[in-house]
Amino acid sequence: MNTDVAIAGVGMHPWGKWGRSFVTYGVHAARAALADAGVDWQDVGLIVGGETVRNGYGGYVAGATFAQALGWNGAKVATSYAACATGAQALDTARSRILAGQTDVALVVGADTTPKGFLAPNAGERWDDPDWLRFRLMGMTNPGYFALYARRRMDLYGATQADFAAVKVKNAKHGLSNPNARYRKEVSAEDVLNSAVVSDPLHLLDICATSDGGAAVLLTSLDYARKHGIADPVRIKAISTVTPVFPQTVMDMPNFSTDSSAVVPAQDRTFKESLGDAAYAEAGIGPEDVSVAEVYDLSTALELDWIEDLSLCKRGEAEHLLRAGDTTIGGRIPVNPSGGLACFGEAVPAQALAQVCELTWQLRGQAEGRQVEGARIGITANQGLFGHGSSVIVAR
Amino acid sequence: MTATPAIEGWFTTGAAPALLGSRCTDCGTVYFPRELVFCKNPACSGETFEEYAFSRTGKVWSYTDAQYQPPPPYVPVADPYVPFALAAVELEEGLVVLGQVADGYGVADLKVGTPVELVVETLYTDDTGDRTIWRWKPVGRSSEPGRSSAVETPGGAG
Repeated sequence: MNTDVAIAGVGMHPWGKWGRSFVTYGVHAARAALADAGVDWQDVGLIVGGETVRNGYGGYVAGATFAQALGWNGAKVATSYAACATGAQALDTARSRILAGQTDVALVVGADTTPKGFLAPNAGERWDDPDWLRFRLMGMTNPGYFALYARRRMDLYGATQADFAAVKVKNAKHGLSNPNARYRKEVSAEDVLNSAVVSDPLHLLDICATSDGGAAVLLTSLDYARKHGIADPVRIKAISTVTPVFPQTVMDMPNFSTDSSAVVPAQDRTFKESLGDAAYAEAGIGPEDVSVAEVYDLSTALELDWIEDLSLCKRGEAEHLLRAGDTTIGGRIPVNPSGGLACFGEAVPAQALAQVCELTWQLRGQAEGRQVEGARIGITANQGLFGHGSSVIVAR
Repeated sequence: MTATPAIEGWFTTGAAPALLGSRCTDCGTVYFPRELVFCKNPACSGETFEEYAFSRTGKVWSYTDAQYQPPPPYVPVADPYVPFALAAVELEEGLVVLGQVADGYGVADLKVGTPVELVVETLYTDDTGDRTIWRWKPVGRSSEPGRSSAVETPGGAG
């Protein structure tokens, strides 16, 4: 049974700190995706919204909010929330409905308006909330967790702060001509290494910002695409949204601790590895088939972790790929040709969709100024809080 | 004014302090912070737990510091702000537990694998007096604290 669906259209609202309603970005992206596909909004049978938790009730019912803004058309509606993996879960919902024959055309939209400065927990005394307690009892910030992973790479595999800086230099160069990127400026290794240390060993320029932005993907059945003259569309081959398997033995934001492996032994594969494993299994391909990857570089060092989590090289060898230029556009396996979170900053419910938008442009040969030549198969990787994560494989 | 834990029931005080968690009476899986409702082992439907005191020593899984003052509800203790280190420590019970690093120690005193022991120190002071917290203190190599983590030469670890 063919379980492919077509990516008929993609669209984005540029990332930035625009200060407008998330609905503005979502509708802009949705209209861009519809125009890209040449499909009328009236033909959409299902709209799936990625929920945003910082924008009031309209954000909680994002699918309906976008549908109403586009003009009620009678479509079915769903809204997904999976922290940073929200966009991928929304995409999975849309794909399932198409494969179940319940609709031929599904529009997936994610958008966010973010507050200024660092993300802090909600106000008030909340002694039963681990996200509040980690700040009160330990002063443990999000960059603190990223720094733990970065430091392990240094102590275990010989990574250096210069390696982390090189990831930023590469991604800044990749994103230079990306019209949707927020930061389009060359960054030197010295810029990174001279920026303030936030959480040792990570500098300010190793850590991604939060951004406003919106992304949309229009999925259709292969039949619908064919009938509407969408020849040779990029197809979704896999969407992995698996959860961890107990015991989760890798320290994760916002927790105080991991599960214990004293009674049930630790798994052979970590949660992040299992996300990619499941995607490869579903797509029926292996890491050696991948031409391009978009991974969740919340920090520069995390990009290196993801390269290994996706089995694009062995554990501890990502720095070798980086230093050899393998992960640069033109190299063996370009990573984050969009510029990644380094150039975008994170707009949570839109970000996993933005990864899919980029891979779609790459596989169509439309990624002007950042094209990975001959890209045929792309993979994404992304992790969110509370056992969420995703890996999407697209092919053409 | 006496010293009291910043959070009740998470650790013991005294000469040999330890983290307090819980243990599922069905399968034996241990939890920190304590789990009292549902055992998280998917093969166990246990709902009863007993108190469990964790081993006081472990090995560093990883470490970092906070060179910017964390946002509230972190309670500032010095003005101007003084950075502190944090460590994630692997205990023999097969779990990793985060905590601040003991006063006087910084990232320069730590490596992945460094042995540490649990101590209880003052986290902040409020109108009831000192409020205490568990911290990880490096042991076994040198009893002298190394340099503070406040300044790291950019690129210096490279």
